[in-house]
Amino acid sequence: MDDMSAIVFEQADRLFKQHISKDVLSAAEGGTWPSALWEAVADAGLPLALVPEGAGGVGLQAADVAQLIRRTAYYSVPLPLAETMIANRLWTDGGGDVLSGSVTLAPVNPRDHLIIEQSRDGVVLRGTVHHVPWGGQTDTVLVFARDGDGKGFLALVQSHQVLVNGRRRNVAYEPRAELQFDLALPPGNVRPAPKYLQANGLMAFGAAIRAQQMIGGMERCLDHALTYANERVQFGRPIGKFQAIQHMLAVAAGHFAAACAAVDALSESERLADDEFTVAIAKARCGEAAGQVAAACHQAHGAMGFTQEHPLHFASRRLWAWRDEWGAETYWQEKIGRLICAKGGEGFWPFLADPRPLTG
Amino acid sequence: MRAFRFESLVLPPEADAMRRKVRAFLENERAQRYAAHRSSWSTFDPEFSRRAAAAGFVGMTWPKQYGGGEHSNLERFVVTEEMLAAGAPSGAHWIADRQSGPQILKHGSERARGLILPRIAAGECYFGIGMSEPDSGSDLAAVRTKADRVEGGWLINGAKIWTSNAHRVHYLIVLARSEPPSENRHAGLSQFIVDTSSEGIEIRPIHNLSGGHEFNEVFFRNCFVPDDMMIGKPGEGWARVTGELAFERAGPDRFMSDIRLLVELINQIGAEPTERQAIEIGRLVSHFAALRRMSSSIAGLLERGESPATEAALVKDVGTAFERELPEIVRKLLPVEASLDDPDEYSQALAHVLLHAPSFTLRGGTPEILRGMIARGLGLR
Ligand SMILES: Cc1cc2nc3c(=O)[nH]c(=O)nc-3n(C[C@H](O)[C@H](O)[C@H](O)COP(=O)(O)OP(=O)(O)OC[C@H]3O[C@@H](n4cnc5c(N)ncnc54)[C@H](O)[C@@H]3O)c2cc1C
Repeated sequence: MDDMSAIVFEQADRLFKQHISKDVLSAAEGGTWPSALWEAVADAGLPLALVPEGAGGVGLQAADVAQLIRRTAYYSVPLPLAETMIANRLWTDGGGDVLSGSVTLAPVNPRDHLIIEQSRDGVVLRGTVHHVPWGGQTDTVLVFARDGDGKGFLALVQSHQVLVNGRRRNVAYEPRAELQFDLALPPGNVRPAPKYLQANGLMAFGAAIRAQQMIGGMERCLDHALTYANERVQFGRPIGKFQAIQHMLAVAAGHFAAACAAVDALSESERLADDEFTVAIAKARCGEAAGQVAAACHQAHGAMGFTQEHPLHFASRRLWAWRDEWGAETYWQEKIGRLICAKGGEGFWPFLADPRPLTG
Repeated sequence: MRAFRFESLVLPPEADAMRRKVRAFLENERAQRYAAHRSSWSTFDPEFSRRAAAAGFVGMTWPKQYGGGEHSNLERFVVTEEMLAAGAPSGAHWIADRQSGPQILKHGSERARGLILPRIAAGECYFGIGMSEPDSGSDLAAVRTKADRVEGGWLINGAKIWTSNAHRVHYLIVLARSEPPSENRHAGLSQFIVDTSSEGIEIRPIHNLSGGHEFNEVFFRNCFVPDDMMIGKPGEGWARVTGELAFERAGPDRFMSDIRLLVELINQIGAEPTERQAIEIGRLVSHFAALRRMSSSIAGLLERGESPATEAALVKDVGTAFERELPEIVRKLLPVEASLDDPDEYSQALAHVLLHAPSFTLRGGTPEILRGMIARGLGLR
């Protein structure tokens, strides 16, 4: 970590502490866009953290951006900040200019597909996508679509051009929406997708974001639980002195440590998600850990953790939501399993042990 | 939350070179000498150990002066995991290489180093761990084996149990009480290097669930140990033993004992798994990959000279949970009944693992004890 990253971290931490309160979180859960928070975040340059300096960004290393995303999740930042960071990087990688304002990514669901075609009016984008994070609330949507030949493109769409059908919330009460596209785009808003997106679109990037966020969310849950276990007294001593509680939280810490190890591997790639196999391992291991950690931390809190009074739920509900978004564990596990079986037993170890070339 | 010291670690180029070297060696060994599905790091094969040592894979990190190769811990890590992945029968030299040798190098007398380390590095000298006793397993500070000062050394009296390979190793490192018990249970213990050919030692076999004779009971009656075969100073035993356990707990041997079963399972299932098989294998592989990174990051800490006792406990607990779970999952994915004498390799591998599985979460410390250490690391004790 260099000086620049240290400054960004410190600034971000200060900003989150200053702007995020229970009231802000509750208001955001009610559907209010936290504009003061967004402005502060944008002023600090965070949306451009992952864009290289040459392309007009802050130029942080992927490992530092990963830390930043974990911090946003630790504080339950109710904004698509990570999506915006990644969208900016993907768009500038393809030669586009940095984007102003908030951005989200679509499609997020492996079954959703968008189609792009040439017509008399120029380029036309069509299709419906589900469960888009902050769908309809961000300034723009960065979309992955394929043409008739299966070639992938990135398209930039202003939110007001999109039909927002279903406004819903995930279990963390973060806004998610169904978006319907049927519009013509100016040529400058469509670019061939970079090579690393051609095979699987945005899935790996979205999964990488959620995996990093789950690390931050788990750390927050564990912090709550450890504090509570040292304070709450039953039978004459803090419950943290009982072996059963110690073991439950030690097991949770083991899941957390393993998830960190799996997700850390992502930080070694330039853009956080260049290698789909590594993403699959990270999302699968992390999603499983998230469920275990949330369960143990709730158990340690007793009934208090089941109330809206105690802040545990801001972190735990996010874990439950994030582990299912951009492909739940089973989606990624199946991918891993099929790949490994294709390698055969004797191919398994060499494949896992050797550093693999990155795609793209 | 108090952070554990797991850091991202990318293996350096010399580790890749070492990987190629050990793979070539193991391929040749496997072609000629052993059945991978039936052996593991606890299989005792002195001939294999001598050849591995001759090829430079034992005592790798030690100074040349003591027969070592002056390689990094990361190169050693790579060799360790390749041996495990290949199911190499490394059991003869494993404990000497993993923990006894490093312990002697760091805390032994000059005579002990000169006498013993070059022989370990040559693959000719093997060690056993003399910690557990009939009344002290998890509660190691309760050891009762006594060491009494005599002219020029110490006399050991007492009994050890579960001592792996005591009947075929050259030395045991024995934890004994060198001062009478006091208020501080951790005080007054010392570690000794005991030659198994000394007078006053009796070794009795104990058979395990798979019918094998691996561990033993060991009795000491006025067994003499010279002064310079003490490890560290008198009374330092507790610190020495906990340091040694960090070596014992953090390596890939704590989650790869039954990795050959996973390999055989993948072979059996073939290139086109059902959805359920793919998902279960994917899950196991994601656990395995995460463990591998945890363990390599500990190799990085050791390389920097740190003693990551809590992190090692964490790896051992998470790792052996994986080892225990593996046969429970694979048996549900294929309709094969386990049998040690079935000619089918998969049936054999499954039987072997099932019968050894209860030991994975015992040897080297139980989850109940490790979780107490982790809880202390979390600030709960
Ligand atoms: C294959 C194998 C090889 C071994 N090799 C060696 C060797 O070479 N050298 C050597 O010294 N030892 C060796 N051991 C011994 C091993 O280290 C001990 O088995 C282990 O430390 C547990 O001790 P125990 O068996 O006496 O069980 P106990 O300590 O009697 O424990 C029994 C059960 O009670 C639990 N328990 C105990 N205390 C507590 C507590 N405070 N809180 C909660 N639960 C508790 C334990 O976790 C365990 O589940 C070996 C063991 C095996 C199985």
